Amino acid sequence: MKLFKKIVYSAAVFGLVASADAMAAGNKIVMDGSTTVGPIAKAFASHFTKTTGVQVTVSESGSGNGAKSLINKTCDIANMSRPMKDNEIAAAKGKGVNPVENVVALDGLAMAVHPSNRVNNLSKAQIRSIYMGRFTNWSQVGGPNAPIVMIQRESNSGTQDSFKELVMGKDNPISQRTETQASNGAIKSRVASTPNAIGFIGLGFVDNSVKALLVDGVDPDVRTVKNGTYPLHRPLFMYTNGQPTGVVKQFIDLSKTAEGKRIISEIGFVNYH
Amino acid sequence: MNGEDSVATGRSSAFVVTAKKRKIQQITRKIGESALFLVAATVAIIVIFIFFFVARDAVPFFEIRGFREFFTSSDWYPADDPPRFGAWAIIYGSLMVTAGSALIAVPMGIAAAICLSDVIPFSVRQYVKPVIEMLAAIPSVAFGFFALVILAPLLQNYGGPILMWTWWIIASPFLLLAVIVLSELVSMSIQDDKHRKIAQRMYVSFFGLIALILLFFVGNNLQKIEIMTGTNALNVSIILSFMALPTIVSVSEDALQAVGRDLREGSYALGATRAETIIKIILPAASSGILAAVILGIMRSLGETMVVWMASGNASHIPDPWFNYLESVRTLTATIAGDMGEADQVTGSARFHVLFAMGLLLLVISFISNFISERIVVRQRKILSGQ
Repeated sequence: MKLFKKIVYSAAVFGLVASADAMAAGNKIVMDGSTTVGPIAKAFASHFTKTTGVQVTVSESGSGNGAKSLINKTCDIANMSRPMKDNEIAAAKGKGVNPVENVVALDGLAMAVHPSNRVNNLSKAQIRSIYMGRFTNWSQVGGPNAPIVMIQRESNSGTQDSFKELVMGKDNPISQRTETQASNGAIKSRVASTPNAIGFIGLGFVDNSVKALLVDGVDPDVRTVKNGTYPLHRPLFMYTNGQPTGVVKQFIDLSKTAEGKRIISEIGFVNYH
Repeated sequence: MNGEDSVATGRSSAFVVTAKKRKIQQITRKIGESALFLVAATVAIIVIFIFFFVARDAVPFFEIRGFREFFTSSDWYPADDPPRFGAWAIIYGSLMVTAGSALIAVPMGIAAAICLSDVIPFSVRQYVKPVIEMLAAIPSVAFGFFALVILAPLLQNYGGPILMWTWWIIASPFLLLAVIVLSELVSMSIQDDKHRKIAQRMYVSFFGLIALILLFFVGNNLQKIEIMTGTNALNVSIILSFMALPTIVSVSEDALQAVGRDLREGSYALGATRAETIIKIILPAASSGILAAVILGIMRSLGETMVVWMASGNASHIPDPWFNYLESVRTLTATIAGDMGEADQVTGSARFHVLFAMGLLLLVISFISNFISERIVVRQRKILSGQ
């Protein structure tokens, strides 16, 4: 009997905790998705929690997973570094979710190489040829006589989709020899430790450990991304179910405030608003 | 006399069982038996269920796309429009890293097991074996991190010298042995003792010179190799062999220990040396256990995911030439892990089911090898028991 009582008590306590949790749900934001948008989301989250007291959880599992979470209603905001695909929107509609896109910032796709690489500038066509496997040696693009090691992202990456759209075009498959890494950070560390490597990362991830190439002669920086002269630029999204309301709206509108803009440019991205 | 009394009373109370007591005993036995049966059955049912559910989601893929593309093409573009699901290069990558790790881990593991069980003193073994088994306790993501952050740059920067030194360390003892055996064999036909010794010395220096030239020539060529990318099949094979080693060492050592003193002492009594005893008596007697150890180790390599995902480079192509371990490969396990996020049921169904097809393939491979090892163990036992 004692055991039975214990079970009943613990169930009751658990139930109380669970219901308290559910009541707090309106005061909590759950975010999932792109590893590129991740840093913005996390910086916003810490600022937001400090100023409003609302708890924000940020998961970084790739744009595809973010879309999936929004469709399955397991997150309030899906961070995505690419627009939602038609089949994702259809799947969302099927589950009664109405995805609304909110642009929070702009990002450039930086082509990163090892700092010791002599090459400084590649055209979009050259990058395409490298990733298609037509150019296999750095000497073909004005570099040293060394084979090119191409690195790409996994297929659930929005950065990967952006790269395919911005550089490759629809009918040019990326060479099978291209290595695959799971995140912006992983590509950066692989490029930083591999003299012959080339990879693409979000502009915010570029630091001294890698060299960002000029693309079509344009330096990837805040100004060129903002005015659109840098060819590899893209908007970053936070998708919501329906027009954002309440704390979620407050959170997304942070990107329009002076403080939000300061945060965005501090971590290396470009303001949209 | 008191002691005898108590023994007698104890006996009588132990043997006289009342009907009620017997009934309780029977019931508790039934309960115990059925509980154990339930546990055993649950394990079997879980295996069957896993097989069933994986197969259930794998079959639609073959219904949609057929078998041919999956097994023969190596165009892996699951996200393209239209998608292509050629998995041959990925299957090949899995087999390649598994074979590579087996190539390293099996000889090393068996040698280490022999050393532990028959060569080093018992007191040393007490400490060495737990240390080797500690390797199994290291989480695979730690191995993967090591492979990606330390081994990969090391291979890129010092790949040539590393390969050269490895070649020297492995090849020199074998070449030395070959030189000695060859010169003995060639000079065996000379009858005169004195002449034979002189001839032997000449042959040793002749073959030795050839061996040295071979050693330096191959070593030099290996040193010139520049490893383009450190996240390659070699890197993964090395790390996977470390992960398979504790299994192989521990299980084979148990098998060698199980051979027993009688066979060993019988062999020594007949005048056999320790080497002869190990090679001709103990190894054959323990071969079924060692084989089981090897297959367990290989299964560990085949099923490992985290390390290969982090350190194999994940390029879904067949290396050129096919045995080039210095190129990146992609394995079945890494593909399942990497693509699972994107391939939801909600979007593109073939894309989702192809991963289950891969899982089914892995399951089938491990079932087949388990079955084969089981057969070999049974056959070996029959031979050993003289039937």
